[in-house]
Amino acid sequence: MIATIFRRALYSLPIALAVSLFCFLLVHIAPGDPINAILPPDAPADVVAQVKEAYGLDKPLPVQFGIWLFRVLHGDLGRSLATGRDIWPDLHSALANTLVLAAAAAMIGFPLGTMFGSIAGAFRGSWIDRAAVVLAVAGVSVPHYWLGMVMVVIFSVLLNWLPSMGASPDGSGVWALDWGHLSHIVLPAITLSVIPMGIVTRTLRGIVGDILNQDFITTLRGKGLRRGGLIAHVVKNAAPQALAVMGLQLGYLMGGSILVETVFAWPGTGLLLNNAIFQRDIPVLQATILVLSMFFVGLNLAVDLAQALLDPRMRR
Amino acid sequence: MTNFHLPRRTLIAGSTALAAMGSIGKVRAAEEHVLRYGMAFADVPLTTGQPNRGAGAYQFTGFTLYDPLVTWEMDISNRPGKLKPGLASSWEVDPADKKNWIFKLRPGVKFHDGSTLTADAVIWNLEKVLNPKAAHFDNAQAAQVKLRLPSVATYAKLDDMTVQITTKAVDALFPYQLLWFFVSSPAQYEKLGGSWEKFGFAPSGTGPFKMGTLVPRTSVELIRNENYWDKSRIPKLDRLILVCIPEDLARTNALLSGQVDLIETPTPDAVPQFTARGMKIVGNVTPHVWNYHLSMLPGSPWLDKRLRQAANLAVDREAIVQLMGGLAKPAFGQMDPSSPWFGKPTFKLRYDMDAARKLMSDAGYSKSNPLKTKFLVATSGAGQMLSMPINEYIQQNYAEIGLQIELMPVELEVLYTAWRKGAGDEIAKGASANNVAYVTSDPFYAIVRFYATKQIAPNGVNWSHYSNPEVDKLCDAITSTFDVAEQDKMLARVHEIIVDDAVQVWVVHDTNPHALSPKVKNYVQAQHWFQDLTTLS
Repeated sequence: MIATIFRRALYSLPIALAVSLFCFLLVHIAPGDPINAILPPDAPADVVAQVKEAYGLDKPLPVQFGIWLFRVLHGDLGRSLATGRDIWPDLHSALANTLVLAAAAAMIGFPLGTMFGSIAGAFRGSWIDRAAVVLAVAGVSVPHYWLGMVMVVIFSVLLNWLPSMGASPDGSGVWALDWGHLSHIVLPAITLSVIPMGIVTRTLRGIVGDILNQDFITTLRGKGLRRGGLIAHVVKNAAPQALAVMGLQLGYLMGGSILVETVFAWPGTGLLLNNAIFQRDIPVLQATILVLSMFFVGLNLAVDLAQALLDPRMRR
Repeated sequence: MTNFHLPRRTLIAGSTALAAMGSIGKVRAAEEHVLRYGMAFADVPLTTGQPNRGAGAYQFTGFTLYDPLVTWEMDISNRPGKLKPGLASSWEVDPADKKNWIFKLRPGVKFHDGSTLTADAVIWNLEKVLNPKAAHFDNAQAAQVKLRLPSVATYAKLDDMTVQITTKAVDALFPYQLLWFFVSSPAQYEKLGGSWEKFGFAPSGTGPFKMGTLVPRTSVELIRNENYWDKSRIPKLDRLILVCIPEDLARTNALLSGQVDLIETPTPDAVPQFTARGMKIVGNVTPHVWNYHLSMLPGSPWLDKRLRQAANLAVDREAIVQLMGGLAKPAFGQMDPSSPWFGKPTFKLRYDMDAARKLMSDAGYSKSNPLKTKFLVATSGAGQMLSMPINEYIQQNYAEIGLQIELMPVELEVLYTAWRKGAGDEIAKGASANNVAYVTSDPFYAIVRFYATKQIAPNGVNWSHYSNPEVDKLCDAITSTFDVAEQDKMLARVHEIIVDDAVQVWVVHDTNPHALSPKVKNYVQAQHWFQDLTTLS
């Protein structure tokens, strides 16, 4: 097991390097200029040249990438071009906020998806199954920024029940476990949970349906196993695949919340990325994508290990 | 510059304290006068002295925390403001050498940390942004203000309360440049170990507000400075909390749901909702223009003045104002007619399709034989108003007169890059017009930088490559005339020439709209991007 962990951790290094390089190239291929993150738009050519030199943006791209990589390997993610601040404190708080939001969305989406999917799989062809399919398709199809806006209009603007934006009532941006903070997370978490709920529903419906059609289930039924025992067998067989899907979805929740965080002004990595993209703040973009991709790689590793623990066949 | 890391323990302690402050805050709010202001920014503008994020950010972390040597009348809404003494109680040009400007500093001004404003502090601040060899030189601040101080050649302390700044050439407009230059406390910088990053979290200026808690990307708290030197500008509020809400709809919803008390740039289609809830929409003439710069390079169709005039006459500006929910003003030129620099142009910008068709026809174009050209436009962005809907509306207007424009939408940052490089650069991709909307706050920003031949890109932002010897002569005279009335006359003359010449297509002026809940009192909106938040109560 330790060898597996070590081997997989080694695999993540080329992945991180490739992601960083790809991201770096993508940002530089796109039109626009990182200097826009620093200078007002009407800056004359001589000022632009001076500032580019001061920030090292006048160096050839491979050199810029090399310098960045060298610093990252020494634990320095660099400074934001737009604010001049060290990137890590901003990224750290943004990651914490996104993690809280993703966890809340997962806590809503995964159990509901599991429940709807399992029931639909167990009652294939029934009205329950059809309702679950509709729910799954709707969950995957509804644009979540649209859903977010609609919920804000209903629950914040019209009913005034829940706040429409921000992560905390005091504006500190630091999350805590009390109703003031919970009320801020309700709408974005529900909005963000809709897609994973749909995907988990769809996946579990297929897995449970397939397992229930397998010979060993017929045998167990024939031997007179009670419903509780049957469910235990289904859960045990479905768990590794379900876990894999949920693990991937949690990764998507971490990296794919840009629109939801923008709609709700949630100060997470999505908002940080959104701002960095529009400002061409390359160091922030690079650092955020690197950390998120590492998180994704780590999550995949954790899921693989959990699968191996649940299913001995996976260890072979 | 040293790194500023917040240890996890500090963060936890800080968050607990903030959470506690939050609950206490609710009790305190009953006694205190506190307002929450939704800004259209994704991050708090720089708090070290020179705000980033453009002219619109100066009202938030510029004129609140700091003062410039020369400031602006911001408490007047019924006419354009004027320069007035700030940290310099007076200034004059040296009659013997008009490149030398002498600034007498205001006595008794204290920074928030208790240190005193002196000539040494002003020189230290000039070094901070203009001398890369100075130990305390700050790239981030220099990047914001160096281009705003293009005339400065040298500076020197004459005595403890007098500073001399020498310009590269005679420049009568120089005091306008100082509006953008704020003075930070050298003592506080030293106290914080010479770190601008730490200074950003504990800044010290001379302004009417002191800074409380700064949460990057989220909010900043401003606290009344009881000891502010200008007693007429001591804030009425105890605290003002500026909240970052970059997305227009999120900002609008935050006001409608009562999370903030006022916002900038509300969405036009929410205006009926605001008014139905007793909220106020406040706007004013603002030095800004939404326009198309037209290429004057060889081969451009816009070398024909008839086409330029037709393009101006075919824009239904009133309909665009309606599209903006009334949050805009039709443009009759680069300047608003209320400006002393408007003059009396003979070419009247109006919606006259017959006249536009006639001009197109005279130039050899019609609906059956249209002129086809490309316009580089912004998908959206600060200052661009409803960029794509306005562009598409004008595209329809133009189709009616035989002018087929292909819109080339790009991100605003890309448009800015193209703007700096000029019409001849390959980044323009053959476009004959550029759609950057911008600030027109002073003679240089409104006139000189767009029409003087020496400002042709990439030296300046004369994107069009417009060149007119009479305009050049007037621009030179404007910068060497110290009589303000005479300066105004010359600026008006330049404006008459460029409008009569239909150098651009002028569409609308932004009114810099704000939406205010009934709780907000005494909001005075100056005819500028610079606003005074001390009047709020």
